[in-house]
Amino acid sequence: MIAMLIRRLIQAALVMLVVAFISFSLFQFVGDPINNMVGQEASQQDRAELRERLGLNDPIPIQFFRFVGNAVKGEFGISYRMARPVSEVIAERLPATLELALVSGVLAISLGIGLGVYTALRRDGWLSHFIMSSSLIGVSLPTFLIGILLIYLFSVELQWLPSFGRGETVQITENWSTGLLTVSGWKSLILPAITLGLFQLTLLMRLVRAEMLEVLRTDYIKFARARGIKQSSIHFHHALKNTLLPVITIAGLQLGSIIAFAIITETVFQWPGVGLLFINAIRFVDIPFMSAYLLLIALVFVVINLIVDLLYFAVDPRLRATKRSAGR
Amino acid sequence: MTDQTTLSTPPAESGVFRRFLDSDLFYDFSRRPIIILSAILTVVIILAAALAPWIAPHTPFDPASLNLMDGFTPPMEPNAFTGNVYWMGTDSQGRDIFSAILYGARISLLVGFAAVAFAAILGITLGLVAGYKGGWVDTVIMRIADVQLSFPAILVALLIFGISKSLIPNEMQEQAAIYVLILSIGLSDWVQYARTVRSSTLAEKNKEYVQAARLFGVSSLRILARHILPNVMGPVLVIGTIGLALAIILESTLSFLGVGVPATQPSLGTLIRVGNEFLFSGEWWITLFPGFTLLILALSVNLLGDWLRDALNPRLR
Repeated sequence: MIAMLIRRLIQAALVMLVVAFISFSLFQFVGDPINNMVGQEASQQDRAELRERLGLNDPIPIQFFRFVGNAVKGEFGISYRMARPVSEVIAERLPATLELALVSGVLAISLGIGLGVYTALRRDGWLSHFIMSSSLIGVSLPTFLIGILLIYLFSVELQWLPSFGRGETVQITENWSTGLLTVSGWKSLILPAITLGLFQLTLLMRLVRAEMLEVLRTDYIKFARARGIKQSSIHFHHALKNTLLPVITIAGLQLGSIIAFAIITETVFQWPGVGLLFINAIRFVDIPFMSAYLLLIALVFVVINLIVDLLYFAVDPRLRATKRSAGR
Repeated sequence: MTDQTTLSTPPAESGVFRRFLDSDLFYDFSRRPIIILSAILTVVIILAAALAPWIAPHTPFDPASLNLMDGFTPPMEPNAFTGNVYWMGTDSQGRDIFSAILYGARISLLVGFAAVAFAAILGITLGLVAGYKGGWVDTVIMRIADVQLSFPAILVALLIFGISKSLIPNEMQEQAAIYVLILSIGLSDWVQYARTVRSSTLAEKNKEYVQAARLFGVSSLRILARHILPNVMGPVLVIGTIGLALAIILESTLSFLGVGVPATQPSLGTLIRVGNEFLFSGEWWITLFPGFTLLILALSVNLLGDWLRDALNPRLR
């Protein structure tokens, strides 16, 4: 178990190093950082001085270590486009993205598991058939198209919900503002959260359904029935518990995707999060922001992967037993 | 397994078509109305896109043929000034939406097919090499694949797009945009092919026919290309079909985000992005018609891919 944990940690560190190297190469090979910082009229000598002062004449490995050191401290330099420290901009915008991702995640997991169990238990009901066929559309529909359709229906035609922005926000700390404490904040959150969570919802639902059907066919369920245990107890205690293993993996991985896909949702709804900034950074080749965002997302993914692996050990006693007996 | 051999038989003898009609695959196909409908819709959209220059009522991107007076004509209604009727309406510049969709689907499909071909060739090659050579080559390739697989394709594609965009000089960006797009979608999607081909190669390489070929002194390259490759292509076909739907969606998403094809050669995604600006003022047709085309295309190809996967999977029989 401990050896496994250490191996996973080393792997995670390796992934982060690779991503850090990609981020670092962005600075090195894409455009000239000096050109991006000084104006047209700077003299050759000024440029050389700045180059020396920023340490751009040092050997590449030394520059790389300095980059990693700064990144660990959260320093990514000044954004070319916004002329402000990247870390400051990200800290300001991150709460909006996290709020959106959190609400979508909760929506996807709760509804996904609920509907999955329902469609598995009532296999031939008309409602199950309806849910299953509409889930196919949910899987195929591109995220941005879902957003546009929702905006058209609920903002333009029915005029029930706002189509862009976060609504009113409440400042909690200097950098942290939340829309979760106001009515208009929640109203603004509904459409983006559905847009962002719909794909994950359908995916989880189909997965839970497939797993449930598989488990319900096994012998121990038959025996539980034969022993006269209550239906609801069999469904939720015996069956659901055992379907949750793959669900944890997928749900964990999808949590990362939600943060990545927030880029699209934030563009459609003009949601002031980091994803919207990232798209602009790509359009204007804002290297410091691009590399900082890349490292941030990589960190999120690596941490989630690690947690999922650990949860697996916590949830599945078989895994612990076999690993130990195999001498690993 | 019988249907797989039918699929990979070269169309040399005259009875191939007959054999296809008699195969299990076709029998299964003929009994599923939704799959038949998906196949028809896919073929119709592909044909309409391919023949766009001949069947489109207007040339949407020739400025000379546009009349600003025709702008914002609602579908199926005569224009207030010119009296022209467009059955899907026109956009802000008087462009016929139906023609724009035909040309847009052409670009979407072109990028989709090219990206899938690129991803498949790259993935198959790396998968074959990794599976056959083993050792550190295998480790390096599959580690890269693992790292990439843990990030969503859209992020990888965005990043590659951003990097290549900054490497290409400004004046060439318009022409290069489509190639950059194909490259970034292809590079974000090769892992699936590599993993599948690698595992099939691992199984194939210890079989007698490969050992026999090796004993005859056949070179590794020839063994891979002529002996192993044909036997690992079955699953690739399935991944390719599902991959096409994913590539089309990814392309339209990138174009919608404004980092895809330039506005001078709009794909379906670009059309939706441009039309989106007019959604609030009530001109819904500019964005919703391209949107529904994209939805039908993606859904049909997806359904076909899913069906093909299940139909070719011997475990589900």
